[in-house]
Amino acid sequence: MWNSLSTDALRGLVAGVTAYKAGNGDLIHAYVARPEGPGPFPGVVLVHHLPGWDEFYREMARRFADHGYTVIAPDLYCRSGHGEPDDVAAAVRANGGPLDDDVVADCAAARDWLRALPTSNGKVGIIGSCSGGRHAVLAASREGSFDAVVDLWGGSVVAAELDATPQRPVAPIHYTADLHAPLLGVFGDLDTSPSPEQVDQHEAELKRHGKEYEFHRYADAGHGFIYYHRPAYRPQSAMDCWEKIFEFFGRKLEG
Amino acid sequence: MCTNISESVAAAGAAKGGAGWFPVSVANVGFDHAVGSPFDHALLLDFTDPARGPSARVAMELDLETGRALVAALQSVIEQAERSGAPV
Repeated sequence: MWNSLSTDALRGLVAGVTAYKAGNGDLIHAYVARPEGPGPFPGVVLVHHLPGWDEFYREMARRFADHGYTVIAPDLYCRSGHGEPDDVAAAVRANGGPLDDDVVADCAAARDWLRALPTSNGKVGIIGSCSGGRHAVLAASREGSFDAVVDLWGGSVVAAELDATPQRPVAPIHYTADLHAPLLGVFGDLDTSPSPEQVDQHEAELKRHGKEYEFHRYADAGHGFIYYHRPAYRPQSAMDCWEKIFEFFGRKLEG
Repeated sequence: MCTNISESVAAAGAAKGGAGWFPVSVANVGFDHAVGSPFDHALLLDFTDPARGPSARVAMELDLETGRALVAALQSVIEQAERSGAPV
């Protein structure tokens, strides 16, 4: 729960940029945030959104660490060069976005990196928003061995075949049978990608395959409603969303 | 939403950014998440030189109405330029 800390708790956190061996053996950057202490701590792979490996995601990593999780947020755009996050994101966008295969491999390597830590409790979840939500579902479906997955309004989880690109050849919904991690999905009813109809389609497919999932939808919200720096911010829904994330990860990853 | 709408054209020219002028070799036009403007999504115009890295970029975020007006103005000026006979 947010703001449920004890004022006499002395534990802090450690955070910073490191590099780890990701997909294809490539060494890429990652922002890592972890609680101080011996653990054991559950792990979270944090998958950044389309606007890039940015300050918001670093804050998000520290928030999870503050709540007792070891977090690794890979720079999925690392192979495209460096600069301010929006400049790098623009370069990646112009080239059609990152390859799904690379992202899945980077996330799987991040998961293994977390599990190998001496402070790990052995459990690892994956979460992302926007394109990161899509990537989280995709990685959890294709790579397995995640203990929980959270999709925050991931666009194009449901997509028409004609929208396939070399970077994104298969929509994640087509891997639903392979998804073995419990899924939390959070969506805004005013979003257009995913639209409420697409969320319905995804939910129907999860039901058809008998998957463990829970979806929450907010009537007042569109895309990205937890981004406090954007006009789409909806504070009450955002805080409720955070509670649902912490409650879900607490149930699936702790203990 | 992530629209992933983006097109690129080869460009010849120069742009002035925070570090001064640099040659522009690629111009990108997109419509996706806005970063610096108050819009959810915006027309994204990037004038870049990929050989110099991601930071060699002059960026604009515009609404669609501005984009349409800009297209019309560009077309008008191009026609006037061609009529003038002045060399590029």
